[in-house]
Amino acid sequence: MAGLTAPAAANPQWLWFLSRGSGLVLLVLCTAVVVLGVATRTGWAPRRWPRFVAAELHRTLSLFALGLLALHVVTAIADPYVSIGWAATAIPFLSPYRTLAIGLGTLAVDLGAAVLLTSVLRHRLGLRAWRAVHWLAYLAWPAAFAHALRAGGDLRTGWVAGTIWGCAAAVAAAVAAAAVARPPARSSMRWRSRRALTFGPGARPGSRGSTR
Amino acid sequence: MTAIVDSTRAPSPAGRILGPSGLPRLLPSDLAVGVDPAGLDRHLARHGARPCCAGDWRRRQRLIDEVDSAGLTGRGGAAFPTARKLRTLAAGPCPPVVVANGVEGEPASVKDKVLLASAPHLVLDGAACAAELTGAAEVVIVAHRAACETVRRAVAERRQVGCDPVPVRVQAAAAGFTAGEASAVVRWAHGGVPAPTGRPPRLGGPGRRPALVQNVETLTHLALIMRHGASWFRSAGTAAEPGSMLVTLLGAVARPGVYEVEPGTLVRDVLGLAGGTGQPLGALLIGGYFGTWAAAEAALPLPFSAAGLAAVGASPGAGVLAALPATACGLAEAARVTRYLAGSSAGQCGPCVFGLNAIAGALDRAAAGGGCDPATVRRWLRDVNGRGACRHPDGTAHMVASALRVFRAEIDLHGRGWCRATETAWVLPAGQGQP
Amino acid sequence: MTERTRLTVDPIACDGRGLCAELLPEFIGLDDWGFPVIPARDVPAALRADAAAVARLCPRLALRLERAER
Repeated sequence: MAGLTAPAAANPQWLWFLSRGSGLVLLVLCTAVVVLGVATRTGWAPRRWPRFVAAELHRTLSLFALGLLALHVVTAIADPYVSIGWAATAIPFLSPYRTLAIGLGTLAVDLGAAVLLTSVLRHRLGLRAWRAVHWLAYLAWPAAFAHALRAGGDLRTGWVAGTIWGCAAAVAAAVAAAAVARPPARSSMRWRSRRALTFGPGARPGSRGSTR
Repeated sequence: MTAIVDSTRAPSPAGRILGPSGLPRLLPSDLAVGVDPAGLDRHLARHGARPCCAGDWRRRQRLIDEVDSAGLTGRGGAAFPTARKLRTLAAGPCPPVVVANGVEGEPASVKDKVLLASAPHLVLDGAACAAELTGAAEVVIVAHRAACETVRRAVAERRQVGCDPVPVRVQAAAAGFTAGEASAVVRWAHGGVPAPTGRPPRLGGPGRRPALVQNVETLTHLALIMRHGASWFRSAGTAAEPGSMLVTLLGAVARPGVYEVEPGTLVRDVLGLAGGTGQPLGALLIGGYFGTWAAAEAALPLPFSAAGLAAVGASPGAGVLAALPATACGLAEAARVTRYLAGSSAGQCGPCVFGLNAIAGALDRAAAGGGCDPATVRRWLRDVNGRGACRHPDGTAHMVASALRVFRAEIDLHGRGWCRATETAWVLPAGQGQP
Repeated sequence: MTERTRLTVDPIACDGRGLCAELLPEFIGLDDWGFPVIPARDVPAALRADAAAVARLCPRLALRLERAER
């Protein structure tokens, strides 16, 4: 680290540290956002917190993560030690420096931006369109995680590795808990009734069957 | 709590001999053996050719004014003025689609099925007239499965002769009580789920034509008004409720079935058309499963019309009159019907699904002798009212409220372990409940 | 001319999550089964901002705030 001096003007290493530091915090934030999103969906409400806490915290933290993301990206691009290029912030796999690793990060940003934008506009889009795009979050987070593994690289340091794998464990646990939890009686009942309504048990809504 | 309907009384005007202004107007007056009642020739011989209702704006408005002065209202249960619907859709920017609602999800009612099977050409005439009056681009007949084949044959017959100005499509109805609701029918006709869309009902939806939804019986009346005029239509019935209507009579009557009556005929005479009851009656369910329970002796002397039945809080509704004998248990029947209604919701709205389930449970418990907390049930009835996407919870709540009033004595008796009924067979049909 | 606002719920979209009743208990109640009971009267002026927030936050987009000039 001591030998990293460029021939040109002062080349502060703080850009490098800021970029990687903000990246790690960003991963933790995004993990929290995903876990809270799952909690909102399943209607999880611990005794002392009303239901809206998970929903509101999910939204607030995601906006906070957006700000931190800007910092992370700008410091990474501005750092003259690595050449990434501004185009690579939007289009994945364009960076000459560690193409795959950076590309995964860009992919995560693209997907996350889609989720965020549709959420801001969701009242105009309607429930179905908004939900369809929101599912991309389950692609965005793994991309961000893979980016952290490959581009982060400080896994030899104990606490960094612990944080990164801890995030993975949190998301895995949340998703598993949501998958095995019984769906709220009201929504599952809706589908059962609708299916039976159309043609009898086993039919899918919208399918035509043999009544023509 | 009992009354007897005497079938030996002189026939009332409701059963008088067929004539140009007499009844029956819709149903075939005789059923000669070997003749297809639904054939085009027979229809033309009886009613003549369909008059053309197309033309410029002024002509169509004049014809709609004729429908307005005839005072035709919907025969699907809501009794909405038909002319108003026609005017709204004729004035719209986009050519609508005419949807003839012959679904009849109500298990106690069979009038639409009978009408489609015995007079499909009259229905199709009405649909064609409505299409011309509103400038529609298409007609869809949604018919109950039992009558689908007959209707398809009728449509094919007409296509050969070129009777209809616009393409006519026949679609089999979906099963289920809520499948007959107007927005559910429209959605089903366009390939979607047969479930209501919400209040106010969106008949058409994004990118679709607006829909004129009419009950098939209403369309038959429209076809006859276009032929014979408003004053002919008004020659039957009362001033406030003109014309004739089809009723389904079931329960403790000698000949249950579909009859054509004039509004204003006394309830006991209407039952007399079906041969009377010959046994004491306990209660009547008037207007269908969204209708009203009434004690027989209170209801029998009333005229069968909205004005007349208001005395017991009832109305003709979907044209169903079910007579419960005094030997049947009205409370158990009401509980069974409520359980059926609770199970046949579209399952879209929480208050309806859970509320009706709770109400049905309370009635089941009352019928089984577990007593009933009327305050709680009444609170539930108030809670479900108006909180669904369609009238399903409202109609059920209205029926249950009347049951609680009329069967109060039975609830007390059951609570003490007694029941006056000796009848073991169910009187009212409860269809196939939803799982 | 006063501005009147009504809060309406789409019963088909509503899943009975209950966030609205938590956020606006002065106006929105819950029935025996967890679904919101919203009075048919106008939203009081003091609660209007909160009602707008509640409509925004509903996870099923089932609430709508309708304005009318009278």
